[in-house]
Amino acid sequence: MIPCYIDMFYPEVGVATLELLEKLGVEVDYPFDQTCCGQPMANSGAHKEAKATEELFIRNFARYDHIVAPSGSCVHHLRNKFTAAGDTPERGHVSAHVHDLPEFLCDVLQVEEFPWAEFPHQVTLHVSCSALRGLYEQAMSERPNDPWFSKPRSLLEKVKGLTLADFDRPDECCGFGGTFAVTDEAVSAAMGNDKLERLGATGARYVVSGDMSCLMHLQGCAHRDRDDFHFLHLAQVLNGGAG
Amino acid sequence: MKPVDQVRNSLGFLEDPTHEHAFDTLIWGLRERRDAAAREVPEWEDLRTLASRIKEHTLSHLADYLEQFEQRATANGARVHWARDAHEHNQIVYDILAAHGAKTLVKSKSMLTEECEMRPFMERRGITVTETDLGERIQQLDHQPPSHIVGPAFQKTTKDIAEEFHRVYGSDPDRADAVYLAHVMREHTRPLILAADAGMTGANFAVAETGAVVTVTNEGNADLSGNVPTLRICSVGIEKVIPGLAELAVFVRLLTRSATGERITQYTSHFAGPRVGAEMHVVLVDNGRTGRLADDRFWPSLKCIRCAACMNTCPVYRRSGGLSYGATYMGPIGLITMPSADVRRYRELPFSSTINGSCSNVCPVQIDIHEQIYAWREVMDDTGGFSATKKAAMKLAGALLSHPGAFRAAAEAGGTALRVLPHFAVYNRLNAWGRHRDVPEAPKETFHQWYARNRGKDGHDGRS
Repeated sequence: MIPCYIDMFYPEVGVATLELLEKLGVEVDYPFDQTCCGQPMANSGAHKEAKATEELFIRNFARYDHIVAPSGSCVHHLRNKFTAAGDTPERGHVSAHVHDLPEFLCDVLQVEEFPWAEFPHQVTLHVSCSALRGLYEQAMSERPNDPWFSKPRSLLEKVKGLTLADFDRPDECCGFGGTFAVTDEAVSAAMGNDKLERLGATGARYVVSGDMSCLMHLQGCAHRDRDDFHFLHLAQVLNGGAG
Repeated sequence: MKPVDQVRNSLGFLEDPTHEHAFDTLIWGLRERRDAAAREVPEWEDLRTLASRIKEHTLSHLADYLEQFEQRATANGARVHWARDAHEHNQIVYDILAAHGAKTLVKSKSMLTEECEMRPFMERRGITVTETDLGERIQQLDHQPPSHIVGPAFQKTTKDIAEEFHRVYGSDPDRADAVYLAHVMREHTRPLILAADAGMTGANFAVAETGAVVTVTNEGNADLSGNVPTLRICSVGIEKVIPGLAELAVFVRLLTRSATGERITQYTSHFAGPRVGAEMHVVLVDNGRTGRLADDRFWPSLKCIRCAACMNTCPVYRRSGGLSYGATYMGPIGLITMPSADVRRYRELPFSSTINGSCSNVCPVQIDIHEQIYAWREVMDDTGGFSATKKAAMKLAGALLSHPGAFRAAAEAGGTALRVLPHFAVYNRLNAWGRHRDVPEAPKETFHQWYARNRGKDGHDGRS
């Protein structure tokens, strides 16, 4: 499943996801009639307006063994908030079999190595709130007694030459928040700039995330006076050839 | 009353980077201290679960525990009053004061009296009300409501306070140091406490088993306000009752660590009854709480113990300042409780969030705050809280995204791609994205077009 904003703005992320899955021997299909998961409407409180879109999603995807998307945000919606359409076995199948890319790689494929990937750079990893607290892909700072783990980080650690830089307040929201980015643009941009400040303080100039929507927001903030930043989706790094 | 426009209200705060930065740094520091304190308690997550269950149990037996509390408090020599709403609360307190000919009232922190707008009610009737806690007093002298429920003047720097005290008390305007300023306040407030006709406190807990009202404080003003005058009044929201002292221990461990990262505060005071020769009154206040308790979706917010951890962790709260919410309870907990009190006035509040979920994670009583924010958004739609433009935008997005053909046509029409992206379609305010951020450039082709060109519609054409 290719999220609508990746389809329109970041086709290279869709291509990297497809190629990566193919390299790993997965039989991948791209349902041609797909549009969106319904989150933008549902997240705004407009469940009635999300219904037809969610029904379309179910028609497009309910027949597959696994539904993989390079977006924690969409997957969080599909797994945990996918209630605008009627409660059918097909809807249940979608919610139970949808995976964010890092989950699919770690939990289903249990990938040990990415021999084709090399990235001789220092990077910061931004884990979106959806991936962190919605999908629990990484231990959360609010629960300091939980054992540490991180699915996206464990994947990046398998890439030759790549070093990860830690930054202050890693779990703080970047300020995107879907429609919030538009309805509360001043606070949203302030949060984005603060995030960039902390990412930049590491000296690293590559920001990697499993959520392109956060990066689209951060990239928009960075263009104003920090044009030396590079924003890459996790799939692009794991697929190789991005560095 | 007009709906509160939190977004607009936050702009002034954001335009002042000094204060915005100081506020964010101070309050994030509380979150960090909270994390450190939680780390020290290996059973922290179990404690949260236990506290949540105790609250659920108590709320589902609320009438029983309230009656037990009333019975024990009465046996201790206190007089218990029941107030249906804010007006009844204020009237009861006023009648008690009037019966004693009391003209001056000193009080320590009580968010409930803020909720009831008690101070203006008393002042209109000739009663002088003096806040005795530092933060509350700073805000009172500046004619402002609290900006944070634990630190009401957190939005001010020590420099601001030095200037304010200079203006009001004639103290040194250049000594922006907290110890000095606390002394200035104390010098001017202590005489008012000693001379007051009556004293008032709020409550952190009301213990049914003992009939005691418990306050958890650092400055000790609850003890002074409650013990020096011969007339003591405690205002207690009915959801503050807990079964007994064993349960209190669970909450005290969680409350102070969640609020400020302290293992315990200076004072945990039990006001069980009047001292010899004095009177004690307890006013139990509903003010919409039973209504909320009956609400299947939104009752869990009644578990709240007012630690403000959700506010401290909220990146939106920290950057928009507490006053922007125009509400007694601000930040995440305000987003889900204020609409219960007045759904029209606070219809925009649930949208002042990125729904990042951190608030629910820090909540010591496990209120699913971010899920409730999400649920309130749907309620706002159902109750006609959306503007006509937003409704139209959502309808358009919903129609476009459920019709692949129309979506494709729009998505592939080059420069118009941005216009159809639902994130931006809301309100059709393209420039809202662009004011502080650049708009991503539309690529030469969409993924869909790339796929058709390289893989073909059935996924196998065009591949070598």
